[in-house]
Amino acid sequence: MSQNRIMRDHIRALLKKDARPDGRGFLDYRTCLSVEYGVSPKTAEGSARVRIGKTDVIAGIKLGLATPYPDQQDQGTIMVGAELTPFSNKNFEMGPPSIASIELARVVDRGIRESGAIDLKKLCVKAGEQVWQVFIDIYPINDDGNLRDAASLAALAALKDTLFPTLDKKTGMVDYYTKTKTKLPLNDEPLEITVIKIGDTFLVDPTLEEEEYLDARITVALLKDGTICGMQKGGTEALSTEDISQMVKIAGDTVKTLRKVL
Amino acid sequence: MSKIKRAEGRAVDGLRPMEAKVGVVPSADGSAMFKIGKTIAIASVRGPRKLHPKFLQNPEQGRLRCFYNMVSFSGSGDRVRPGPNRRTKEINLVMESALAPALNLKQFPNCAIDVFINLVQTDAGTRCAAITAAAMALADAGFEMKDMVAAVAVGMSGGNVIADLDYIEDSAEDGVDIPIAMMPNEGKITLLQLDGKIAPKSLDEALKLAKVVCKKIYDVQRKALADHYTIADEPTKKVTKKATKKAKKEAKK
Repeated sequence: MSQNRIMRDHIRALLKKDARPDGRGFLDYRTCLSVEYGVSPKTAEGSARVRIGKTDVIAGIKLGLATPYPDQQDQGTIMVGAELTPFSNKNFEMGPPSIASIELARVVDRGIRESGAIDLKKLCVKAGEQVWQVFIDIYPINDDGNLRDAASLAALAALKDTLFPTLDKKTGMVDYYTKTKTKLPLNDEPLEITVIKIGDTFLVDPTLEEEEYLDARITVALLKDGTICGMQKGGTEALSTEDISQMVKIAGDTVKTLRKVL
Repeated sequence: MSKIKRAEGRAVDGLRPMEAKVGVVPSADGSAMFKIGKTIAIASVRGPRKLHPKFLQNPEQGRLRCFYNMVSFSGSGDRVRPGPNRRTKEINLVMESALAPALNLKQFPNCAIDVFINLVQTDAGTRCAAITAAAMALADAGFEMKDMVAAVAVGMSGGNVIADLDYIEDSAEDGVDIPIAMMPNEGKITLLQLDGKIAPKSLDEALKLAKVVCKKIYDVQRKALADHYTIADEPTKKVTKKATKKAKKEAKK
């Protein structure tokens, strides 16, 4: 993405005047915020669509059987994928997964994995032989900034929407057409909030325009009780420890807005 | 035609319930969603824009590129592995040749018009749903088009010629799947494939049926486009293509 100096200066000048390009307060989330469950109810085990302003993301869950990792014989596994294609943003490119899509998937993965939100022990079918594998896949429909928060919210909503397919224990075959009433065992609800810094200003829920001109960003994964379970810094500028504390505090306050729509 | 039993009491020439919406991807140059039964396709158009790498550029005409993509949780059964495979590459090719005849690519030398299609959920007839959505998205993007392109699979199952096969009919042992795309006003076919065994006489019957049902899909496409470009206060009775274009121009202003 090429930075346009005039736009950059314009945004900085605006922020100095306590204004944001779309008229929001610095710590205001876009008001058009919604979660829709079951966007792919027939084929996915769970799915959800999140809209934040014009940003629109769908996430879906597939469950499959796999052999466990040698060091975690009685635990299921998680895999998170994200596809950033020109479908949702003209600047994305086709081809092998871009570094941006890998980072997005890994940051969402971190929040879910490190929180222990999914009870992996309950995903064990037969220790050492067969466990459930949880595939979380993220597809942006329209990118107008803050894909990170949207992806994390969509992933959590999809996990909450998930029902197991029927497993024939004798043959070891999965009947994907018949869903059971068993939900995915969730211990907690990790959500990620990204706070960005432009000049001396902290902003939440950046639009595409603001994201393009950020100096630094921090994504914080938070549990229901406010515990931090994952973090990722991005952007080219360095941050002071005071900056970080303040950004984490902002994230902690902002996450409440997102929990309301779940 | 003899009476046969189809799921949800469908007639042999009956289509699954359809839903269409234009402008579903705000950042795209054109976009549309088309849902038929449980199959959901969303198309997003980017372009015309410079084609890269440069050696692919053609100074005589632009190039239409389609990117069909089943999202990983859209298949009944196991997770679909992301990324292109042989099947999607072939579908991209046939989609391009199904849609190109409706466009005037000579207007866009050295350019690419890219159509990205995500299948969110599938139950047979995905390439046809993808083409139907893509054609609407191209119209939404404001391209001059000779005609719309509507697509449907016709075929045979249980010895009957039927329209719009679902997965069970498609995968039946005697199932014949004939995906067809048509320019409904010109009555010309731009996509034709056939999987299965069929007598020449039945094929004629199937092609005739395709012509009728493509018109029905075309009506849904037209309505979705008209709805998107009609200002609520105006009478919605007659919306010609010209009016649609005009409304689009005004919306851009």
